[in-house]
Amino acid sequence: MEKLRFPLNVAKMSDSQEFQNSLAGLVQRIYGNSVVLESADRLSGGASQETWLISLNGEAAPASLILRRAPGGQETSFDSAAIGLPNEAKLIRSAEQCGVPVPEVIHILGEDDGLGEGFLMTKIEGETIARRILRDDRFATARKELPAQCGHALQGIHTIDVSGHPALKHSSGIDQLDYYEEIYQSTDSCRPILDLAMVWLRENAPDPLEPVLVHGDFRLGNIMVDEDGLAAVLDWELAHVGDPREDVAWMCTNAWRFGHSDKRLGGFGDVEDLLHAYAKAGGPSLTPDDIDWWETLSSMKWGVMCMLMYEAFRSGSDPSVERAAIGRRISENEMDLINLLERQTHA
Amino acid sequence: MHDQPSVPELVQAVKNFIDHSAAPELTGRAAFHARVASNVLSIILRDLETRPGNDAAEKASLIALLDADEDTPLGDLNEELQRRIRQGEIGVDSSDLMTHLKMTAIRQLKVDQPGYSGLAQALKE
Repeated sequence: MEKLRFPLNVAKMSDSQEFQNSLAGLVQRIYGNSVVLESADRLSGGASQETWLISLNGEAAPASLILRRAPGGQETSFDSAAIGLPNEAKLIRSAEQCGVPVPEVIHILGEDDGLGEGFLMTKIEGETIARRILRDDRFATARKELPAQCGHALQGIHTIDVSGHPALKHSSGIDQLDYYEEIYQSTDSCRPILDLAMVWLRENAPDPLEPVLVHGDFRLGNIMVDEDGLAAVLDWELAHVGDPREDVAWMCTNAWRFGHSDKRLGGFGDVEDLLHAYAKAGGPSLTPDDIDWWETLSSMKWGVMCMLMYEAFRSGSDPSVERAAIGRRISENEMDLINLLERQTHA
Repeated sequence: MHDQPSVPELVQAVKNFIDHSAAPELTGRAAFHARVASNVLSIILRDLETRPGNDAAEKASLIALLDADEDTPLGDLNEELQRRIRQGEIGVDSSDLMTHLKMTAIRQLKVDQPGYSGLAQALKE
């Protein structure tokens, strides 16, 4: 074990020193010389994107900030739909203007900062881990409030003026069906349930609604929740222009109910309460049945995404056990799809 | 060829090592990957035990559904089913198809993720 750890630490040391120096310089450019960088701790992130907790010392600055960055600046997300961190930061600023609870973007990294692509934002207190939000007593009130709060926040998100964000792609339900079907067929996999879901989705596609800004990854795990409920909407990298029902359905997808299947909305609530708040805030009036097709699309998408992550292992580009193991989660989505299709045909 | 310890016993031994010796020494991403690795070994154990029976059941079900020759390999049967679904020759209105797919998914999920909520839901119905 020690043998393995030692060279890794040495390799990280010089990079980490350079990172600390660049970050310390940035902090002083933003807040002045009286503010000192105390520490930077890596919280999470994959190979291409990192999240850091930045601790500061000095009266002119908050005690902590969050840095999201891609050190190489390159966008290597498995999903080519990702908009990139600078666009994400601009979107968060627009969301704030539309009344959506989000962190405040303090600074978007420039080339002179020497830290790659990314941005600094305020740290919102709360919990993102779905299992804790769904289980812990301290979130009991939050769980009651969340459906309406999510409806309200989604209505705000869906009113963001997309003309200010030219980098955003348009992606309707049928566009996504085309996109994921093409990926699936290119893998030469034979998973008849996915084929059946794709045929059903194509035959039963509803007419599109007026296109809006769609968050694209709105679910537990990507929202900050405190004792009072929704504290901030995070992780905007899959935002695009599309159908508002997509965001509602993604949170309803069984994979994102984290074991609490009986509560359709994220494992914590009723989608009716979200839709009611959504319409009350000025959004289109939708029924739970309007979400069905999109929920089936969501399960299909997540199945193909799991397949793609496994492909990264199969191709050799990511040899981690995690990427291999996720290939054995495709069957979860197949099961959900069969459950959904059975319900549709019995309806 | 000797079979002591057997393949399942060897896999179990590695799983014991990960769970009781390695994982407690690890933190962060490595600890997470150790948990994943341990789960993978559980999948391997369930797969080793159930694959012959599961494959035979899937094959018999496909032969009946497709009215296919008894000797057709499982992979070919699934490709034929895929072709018919894509061509629209068989779809959600066929209860035989839905039953076949559901039973196959249940068997697969019992190996892959027996704790998944969707499995409990399918078994309930």
